[in-house]
This record gives sequence, C-alpha cells and structure tokens, in this order.
Amino acid sequence: MINITLYHYLIVSSVLFCLGIFGVITRKNAIMVLMGIELILNAANINFVAFARYGNFGNSGQLAALFVIILAAAEAAIAMAIVLNIYKTFTNINIDEIDTLKD
Amino acid sequence: MDQILNSLHYIKPEISAAIALSVLVIIDLIMGKNKKYLSIVMILGLLATTYFIIEQFGNSSFAFNSDSSKFGLLAVDSFGSFFKLLIILSSLIVVLFSITSYEIKKAKERLGEYYSLIWGMIIGMFFLVMSADLIVIYLALELLSLSSYVLAGITKDTLRNSEASLKYVIYGGVSSGIMLFGISILFGNTGTTNIYEINALFQTQQLQGLVVTLSALLIFAGIGFKISAAPFHFWTPDVYEGAPITITAYLSVASKAAGFALLLRFTKVTLIDSINTDGSWNLISLIDWKTFLIIISILTMTLGNFAALWQNNLKRLLAYSSIAHAGYILLGLIALSNEGLMAVMIYFVIYAIMNLGAFFVVMLIANKTGSEELDDYRGLGKVAPLLTVSLAIFLISLTGLPPTAGFIAKLYIFLALINSKMIIVAFIALLNTVVSLYYYVRVLKYMFLDKSEKEIAPIKINFANSILLIVLLIPTILLGIYFTPLVEFAKNSIALLGF
Repeated sequence: MINITLYHYLIVSSVLFCLGIFGVITRKNAIMVLMGIELILNAANINFVAFARYGNFGNSGQLAALFVIILAAAEAAIAMAIVLNIYKTFTNINIDEIDTLKD
Repeated sequence: MDQILNSLHYIKPEISAAIALSVLVIIDLIMGKNKKYLSIVMILGLLATTYFIIEQFGNSSFAFNSDSSKFGLLAVDSFGSFFKLLIILSSLIVVLFSITSYEIKKAKERLGEYYSLIWGMIIGMFFLVMSADLIVIYLALELLSLSSYVLAGITKDTLRNSEASLKYVIYGGVSSGIMLFGISILFGNTGTTNIYEINALFQTQQLQGLVVTLSALLIFAGIGFKISAAPFHFWTPDVYEGAPITITAYLSVASKAAGFALLLRFTKVTLIDSINTDGSWNLISLIDWKTFLIIISILTMTLGNFAALWQNNLKRLLAYSSIAHAGYILLGLIALSNEGLMAVMIYFVIYAIMNLGAFFVVMLIANKTGSEELDDYRGLGKVAPLLTVSLAIFLISLTGLPPTAGFIAKLYIFLALINSKMIIVAFIALLNTVVSLYYYVRVLKYMFLDKSEKEIAPIKINFANSILLIVLLIPTILLGIYFTPLVEFAKNSIALLGF
C-alpha cells in the first residue's frame, strides 16, 4: 500500500499539463485542440486542490478550482459555438485548412 | 458580510457597467427588431460609468478584504482609475464608430449582442486593472477574453471573420490555461493568491527560486498574449485583419491598455524588492528581469516593424504596427522607475487617440470602397482630401515625428530610458522608429503620389463623422505642442496602492 503524497498529485498534474500542450500542438482538429486546453485547465485544478489539501491553506484552493471549472465550461461553450460557425462556413474544422488570412 | 457591504462603494463604476449591461439586454428584448435606440442606451450607460470613475478618482484603498488580512481582492487607486478612464473613453469612441460601420450595420439583428459583449469586455477590463489577487486576475482576464472571442466573429458573414474568432479562441485558451497553471504553482509555493501577500513572502523568506521563477514566467506568458508581445503575438495579425474593424480598433487600444495595466501592477507589486533613492525599482533577483524584459521588448518591436514592411492590407499593417507599439510601451516598464510608468501612461493616451483615428479613417474608406487593400488607396488623395490628410497625420503621429503627439509619447519613453542609463536600448528603439517610417510613408505615397487605374467615385462622409474625425485629429496635433496638462495628469495618477 503506497502512501499518496503531494508529489503524486503534482506528477499527475504535470503529466496532464504536458499532454495538454502536446495535444494543442500536434492535433489538427479544432475539437481535439480544445480538449487539449481542457487538460491544461484541469492540470491547474489538480494543483490547486492538492496544494490546498497538503499545504493546509484553508479553502482557497478548492474555491479557485470551483471558479476554474465554471470558467472552463463557459469557455468550452463559446469555443464550441465558434467551431460550429466555422463548420458552417468552411465545412471542415481542420485548423490547418482554415487559412484565408495569410501574409 | 459587513466587509463586503462596506466595499461595494469602491466598485461603483463596475456596478454601473453591470446595470447598464442588464438594461441594454432588456431593452433589446423589449424592442425586438427595432434597434434604433440601442446605441443611445449604450452611450448613456458609458457616460454614467464615466461619471462614477471620475468620482472615484484619487481614492486609495483595498476593497473586499478578508477578515484575517489587511490586503483585499481589489486595489482601488488612481493608477487603476486612469486606465479605467482610458478604457471607457475608447469604448465611447468605438461605439460612435459602430454607428456608422458598414460591417456592423449589415449584422444589425445582432446589434444587441454586440453592445452587450462590449459591456462584458469593459467590466472584465475594469476588474483587470484593479485586481490584486491572482484568481481575480484570471477571472477578469477570462471575462475580457470570452467576450472578445465572440466579438471578433460577430458578423459571421465573411470567411475571415469566423477564422479570426477561431484563431483567437484557440490561442487565447492556451495562453490563459498556461497562465492558470503558473498561478496554481505560485499558489502552492506561497499559500496565498494575493499579490501583495506574495510580495511580502518574497521579501521575508527564501522561496524555491526555480519553481517561483517558472510560475512567474508562465503568468507573464498569459499577460504577454493580451498585450501581443513577442513570442505570443502570432494571433494578432490574423485576428486584427479578420475581426470587424471597430473591434480591431477596440482590441488594439482598450484590451491592450488593460493588459499593460495588469503587467505594470503585477511587475511592480509582486516582484519589487526595494526602491532606490533615485526612484528606480529593484526587482526580486530570481532571474535578471531587466534583461528578460529588454529582450522581449526589442524582439516585439523589431518583429512588428519588419513584418509590417511588406503588408498590403492596411488593417494588417496597423496590426503589425500595434505589435511594434507594444514593444515601445514595454520600454517604459524596462526603465523600472515611476518615470517609466508615467511615460507608459502618456504613451497610452496618445496611442489610443492616434490609433483609433487611423482605424476610423480606414473604416470610413472601407465603408465606401469595401476594401482595406493598399492598391485600392491609389489616388484617393484627390477624391477624399479630408480623409486622406487626416490619415496622413495619424500615421505621421504613429511614426513619432514632431510636431505630432506621437513624438511626445516616444520622447518621454526615451527620456525615461536614458535616465536609467540604457542608451543602447534607446538607440535600438530609435532605429526601429526609422524602419517604421518606411511603411507608414508608403501608405502616403499610395494615396497622394500614385494614380488610380480606374475611375474612383468621390468619398463623401456625413457631418457627424467629420466632427468625430476632427475631434480625434485635434489632440493628435495639439498634444504635440501643448502637452503639460497630460503630463501633469499622468504624474498625478502613478500612485499604485502600497507603493
């Protein structure tokens, strides 16, 4: 039985953060890029809650995580609306092919 | 609870903005298809908010303190009020632009949403310039960003419009996520999200240097995106070119001003160690912040200026020029003194006027010709003398040549740099100004010296628009000659709470 410490949480959150960045950089589909962004936000959330729990910082970390969850939902809703609009005008959501604006 | 009620009078401008937003939404619902009165409601709301900002000027206090701490969530001070005033005035001008903008008129059924989202941006920026807590910074930044993502694609009828909002939301989402990760690490190392408390911890105890530096850099990445500093400037040209021109003007002035206010407050409050006798600041020596900022600033202005050289779309050219200007404004921060802070504030007032003016002329011409391409500007000098001459004055001012206001703006930045003994940096900035002269003057050459191949109809603008144009033109010239009131005003407003 391993003892779960702060470091375990931090490793999970760092891995999530890196996966998020990796997803944003490599994925071509706009929805997949947005999922990468969600991973980044959730990595930060794990940090907030883990630090608050193990550092005895009171409730502030959990509160921050709540705010972030709400904002992530709002951001996802807006991003989805924009992607839907892109699909209607371009009939695809591959971000490499959406390049009418160029030098 | 008492603490919350006592703090309410510190956020009167924000409450006024929120009420104006609700009233606008309700009137939009009641009026249905009749959109005539929305602009008037919007302007009245802006004027009411302006009144509350002026009333609040000179206050200096924390709002929304927790019981145990003497620091609060918001820092109400004249520095914040100065930027709020700048933001509200540019909003007013942008709303006046929107009344005549052809792009906005075409999307008339969405005018209610358009104005409500502008209010959303305004409230976000207001909280951003006065936030003293990392979570409030993040919330305000997201409120500003979420509204502007939608505004960038509000008209929906052109490809470039939708593309602009997609690019904006993806770049913005990533950078705010990175910033949030930085905030979470900083929170874990200090146990607090208040930047004043973090600064107190920096001064009293040894923190994990590397981790804290990393988190500060991640936070700088988020702010750097908002002010379009290199290397986070990639979204700027695409979004500025694709968005409706009123929103481009708004993003390049108000949203950038809020980002800079946040950067200045964050740098000064969080990272300051002590203030020297000559007024310059010593930052916490985690890494050499000064060199870091110098590199960012020079990179930003050089990239902006050189990329602008071969732009053929005036909106895109002004986008690159606004990146370059972000570089110049960063120089004021590099001076790391109150003098530099004052230079930034002077620069912003002048930059707001001349940049809004340039975008206004581009908008008026695009209303008639339907294009912002430089090729369509050939020979315009003959058919639209007022428009082209004012555009020429705005562009000369953006270059920074005397006797326009742009010269004074740059002069104060350079003075601040020289006083903190950074002659080489000032010299590089000066060389950059010379480069920028080329692409600004190129526009003048197209307008006045080249002849159009096809016949162009004279461009007439109505009386109200010529008045607005002249209102923007007068300070652009006047502030180049008589600038003492502006300097005094900026000098009186540099008081950041706590320092």
